[in-house]
Amino acid sequence: MSESQSEEFPIVVTGLKNAFGPHVVHENLDLKVRRGEIIGVVGGSGTGKSVLMRSIIGLQMPVEGNIDVLGRSITEAEPDEEIGVRSRWGVLFQGGALFSTMTVGENVEVPLRQFYPELSDDLREEIASFKVQLSGLPENAIDKYPSELSGGMKKRAGLARALALDPELLFLDEPTAGLDPIGAAAFDALTKELKETLGLTVFLITHDLDTLYEICDRVAVLADKQVIAVGTIPELLATDHPWIQEYFNGPRGRAAQSTQERTKGMDKSGQGDA
Amino acid sequence: MREWAEYTLFEDESDGAVTLALKGPLRVWSIGDLDKQLEQIEHTFSRLDLTDVTDIDTSGAWVAHRFAEENGAEIVGASDRARRLIRAVSKIKESQDEAGDEPGALGAMVGEIGKRVLAFLRGTVDVIGFLGALIVSLGSLIRHPGRFRGKALVRQMQLIGADSLAIIGLMSFLVGIVIANQGADNLADFGAEALTVNLTGRISLRELGILMTAIMVAGRSGSAFAAQIGTMKLTEEIDAMRTIGVSPMEALVVPRVVAAMLMMPLLGFYAAVVAIIGGAFISAFQIDIPFFTFLSRIREVVPNHDMWVGLIKAPVFGLIIAVAGCYNGMQVRGNAEEVGLRTTQAVVTAIFMVIVLDAFFAVFFSEVGWG
Repeated sequence: MSESQSEEFPIVVTGLKNAFGPHVVHENLDLKVRRGEIIGVVGGSGTGKSVLMRSIIGLQMPVEGNIDVLGRSITEAEPDEEIGVRSRWGVLFQGGALFSTMTVGENVEVPLRQFYPELSDDLREEIASFKVQLSGLPENAIDKYPSELSGGMKKRAGLARALALDPELLFLDEPTAGLDPIGAAAFDALTKELKETLGLTVFLITHDLDTLYEICDRVAVLADKQVIAVGTIPELLATDHPWIQEYFNGPRGRAAQSTQERTKGMDKSGQGDA
Repeated sequence: MREWAEYTLFEDESDGAVTLALKGPLRVWSIGDLDKQLEQIEHTFSRLDLTDVTDIDTSGAWVAHRFAEENGAEIVGASDRARRLIRAVSKIKESQDEAGDEPGALGAMVGEIGKRVLAFLRGTVDVIGFLGALIVSLGSLIRHPGRFRGKALVRQMQLIGADSLAIIGLMSFLVGIVIANQGADNLADFGAEALTVNLTGRISLRELGILMTAIMVAGRSGSAFAAQIGTMKLTEEIDAMRTIGVSPMEALVVPRVVAAMLMMPLLGFYAAVVAIIGGAFISAFQIDIPFFTFLSRIREVVPNHDMWVGLIKAPVFGLIIAVAGCYNGMQVRGNAEEVGLRTTQAVVTAIFMVIVLDAFFAVFFSEVGWG
């Protein structure tokens, strides 16, 4: 894999096959993620969205195929082998997956401690503190234990930990699931802001149509054990795959679309005034 | 391999302002040393020059921002990216340290002792409450036998009883061998090795069979109760049960307690019998008492009440083990570490209480003439 290709495509999946016993989840799956984009991954329940993410971050050994992350092959590396990419990505698991015996602040400090032991204690605490605030948590949340946090706060704390090392790649597994609409919208805005400020590439698994319309640059659709289409939403709507049509043109899809059009309209008029 | 961030301090020739210039990448992986060096600087300066910074992330921006802020310096020469990041981190307040007055070592020790005493007292009250709730549940199950969970009971009986036959058998056989072997050795000094039969038979049925079984069941099943129920508590399964109207006491605790109380006498008796067989086995080699002679002598030298002593103690021990396991499981709150702590607690409490009660039983039975 050439350096230039890894610059342009930080994640390249080719010919991926995943199977659990006789049950085949992915077969001959290809996907390229562009640097600096937010790519949304959608698909029905059980189409293997999370399995795809787990494969990319090296938690699930595929049966066949190759996955390059930041120019390094994940599939050829041993599990837990240090191949220099773990400090360059951040992962937010569905439930937050915070270490339950540590406070939020200590959770955020874990990756810093792991990779950069030379940081002084003070600096590490300061970094943890501003990451927590960057993720939209109140300042006092830093000393709380995960069991004292609400679901939405756990997600934000998980995001703070994922951002601890200023990663180039951010993996989000259903970040807005289980959040109230206001919280979900705020989380979307935060993701977008972080992407723009920090120049992140975001791999985002979601069922949330509003998120797709609002922040995703491209959407990859998983169905029939493959990525059947990748593109912007208008591009996807132009295809005639029945699942895609049903997904985006179902009642929920339409609602999200009209919300999107309304807000876009407002943005335009706002710009006109200025 | 790793490029570190560096700094230089100089006086600007044009206007004489003291400038501190940062060089190299300002990334989380390169600022560890820089941060420590900057702490040492005592010289004052009025400008922080970022012109030679090749790369920056939020951690680097934070160090630059905080350092400029502390010295009242102005940041110059920042790239677009640097400026954007510094703006993002400058919104963030530095956390105030709210370290209260730490008590001294003595104070901390007294405080810790106090906490433990209180926890012990509260624990005692809670356990009594738990026992009360258990009795109420049993009472209501007797009135409404249809609600009794037969399947769960049988399942628990299998887990506690049938599944542990092999390990308890092996353990008891070996214990029997040890008792008979050591007994024969020491009794031979008095020419009384024939009494090995009495020793093995009585100690197995009265004490060791049941005690070793209790320890094994506490380790196998008591810990499992605490871990299972504790995990269910964490995953809100217990709460889900309550909302559906299923009493966790009836569904989880009663079957386990009843199963333990039913299985303990059976396991204890089984253990005693296997221990005697172990003793008979070794005696056949060591002191030439034939295997079947040993067994028939047992009938003559072991009084019936020795068996009853064992069988009466067994359900009580079963109750203690199951209650310790279930109670500790129900007390789990918060996190995964708690499950581990509570499981340990369940086993330790169970074994300790079993041994304490065993001592009481020993005195009691000798007083009532079953010595």
